[in-house]
Amino acid sequence: MHPAFSVIFFTVSSGAGYGLLAILALQLYVERLPQNIWFSWAGFVIAFGLISFGLLSSFAHLGHPERALKAFSQWRSSWLSREGVVAVLTYAPGGLIAIAWLLIPDIRNSSALPVWVEIAALFTILCAVLTVYCTSMIYASLRTIPHWHNGHTVIGYLVHAAMSGAVVYVFLSSLFGVLAMSAMWPALALLGVGFFAKTAFWRYVDSAPPSMTAESATGLTGFGAVRPLDPPHTSANYLQKEMGFQIARKHAARLRRIAMILSYGAPFIALILSAQTDDWLNPLLAGVAVLAMAAGLLTERWLFFAEAKHSVTLYYGEKSV
Amino acid sequence: MTSLPTQSTGKKLGLVIDLDTCVGCHACSVNCKEWNSGGHAAPLTDLEPYGANPDGVWFNRVHSFEVGEGDTGRTVYFPKSCLHCDEPACVTVCPTGASYKRVEDGIVLVDEDKCIGCKLCSWACPYGAREYDPTEGVMKKCTLCIDRIYNENLPEAERVPVCVSTCPASARHFGDLGDPNSEVSQLVASRGGVDLMPEMGYQPVNKYLPPRPKVTNDSVHLAAGLTPTAPDSAGKFLQWVDRLLSP
Repeated sequence: MHPAFSVIFFTVSSGAGYGLLAILALQLYVERLPQNIWFSWAGFVIAFGLISFGLLSSFAHLGHPERALKAFSQWRSSWLSREGVVAVLTYAPGGLIAIAWLLIPDIRNSSALPVWVEIAALFTILCAVLTVYCTSMIYASLRTIPHWHNGHTVIGYLVHAAMSGAVVYVFLSSLFGVLAMSAMWPALALLGVGFFAKTAFWRYVDSAPPSMTAESATGLTGFGAVRPLDPPHTSANYLQKEMGFQIARKHAARLRRIAMILSYGAPFIALILSAQTDDWLNPLLAGVAVLAMAAGLLTERWLFFAEAKHSVTLYYGEKSV
Repeated sequence: MTSLPTQSTGKKLGLVIDLDTCVGCHACSVNCKEWNSGGHAAPLTDLEPYGANPDGVWFNRVHSFEVGEGDTGRTVYFPKSCLHCDEPACVTVCPTGASYKRVEDGIVLVDEDKCIGCKLCSWACPYGAREYDPTEGVMKKCTLCIDRIYNENLPEAERVPVCVSTCPASARHFGDLGDPNSEVSQLVASRGGVDLMPEMGYQPVNKYLPPRPKVTNDSVHLAAGLTPTAPDSAGKFLQWVDRLLSP
């Protein structure tokens, strides 16, 4: 599949945004956010910024972005529509808890949160998880792409959203000097879970038996092996450009190693080192963790698209997908 | 609504494509492009039509394959257009309601005024039946010549998809595949017509008739016809010459 940069940025950025927002809501619900108001401002601004940047970037690949509102109408059948609805819905409870915590000092200073803030926090977590789940189902529901049509895709999107949100949360905590080990441990654990989820995904896609063959695609099962003779057109068409992307496979193994090191290994080590320091090195190392993870996840997401084979390639020389 | 229609008239208009008789002339593709450039889904944009890499929207493409080895090997010409599936994943993934399956005849269409050009339907279609038009910013696909088959301004004989009427080998047939007694259904039954990728469950309406069994040398003795002979029918003079020359 053609790896459109708008979609890669969208899924990585909004994943981290929803992860961070859910963690802020969870932290608020469980034991409230640190009293440092600037940390909370930064947290909510960056969470909503990542989400909004992701959503806007996904508009960039539309043929008619001015009709985007229509995409909220078909939630009964379409995961893309469901994603749009829940993504926008998340702004309501997420906005409420941000307003409550950032702009109402009484709430910040009182010993117990008002019930409506607690409910809004729970809804924020629910909506954030649902949005990322819907994103993953857009891909996992496509039977035409066996590489995506499996449970690993759903787990991968959820785990990477939580993981990237947690690492950004740790970075902000250390930047504002409010880092608690209760935030560090989940981030380290999620980096480990992410590593195992991605390893399991690649192991699965490398060993899964083919779902479709050139013979079944042409209705010629029983006539022998099918191979292309003359192409149906003289230069590459939309189908080949969009669905027949080949470039990644040449460097797939090396890119996978790069993605693994940058997404999980480097942030893990940088966070552990940062926990050993308490001067300016602390936020610096946490920042290194965020940057490495961002580069790694963009590589990982690029591979997610570029390595995926679509059934239409069976008509253009692929033997099975 | 991109949910599939819950009721149906039972009518399933579609094509039956004969892989035995198709000669791969591309006339169906060319005439499809010609008709639809001015039809329901017009224009079918071309990029660089006279340049080094011409590219454009076509609803029908003729592939050609080699299949099998040696004596059992053959060339198969393979026209491919929208199969108007009973379970069209391209319709249900559409977020805007632009893609729909008609209740009255099962034809799958795109309402271009609602399409946002997200391309997800082209990802969901296993057969590559949908092509994106970058100039119009919308998705385009075969309409089964919706603007011909019901068109009362055309003589009745021409109310078929243009790929069908133009085929010089009569390799394409149009009709109601939901009616077991229709000519196309009978054809599918008698020739063992098949679905493409049946294991994926899209239940395509269009059927493909597989190539007929190959006629081998053993069964017709083509070489025997080239052996020199002097049969009785050659006449007395030639038989005398034959005897004279025979060692």
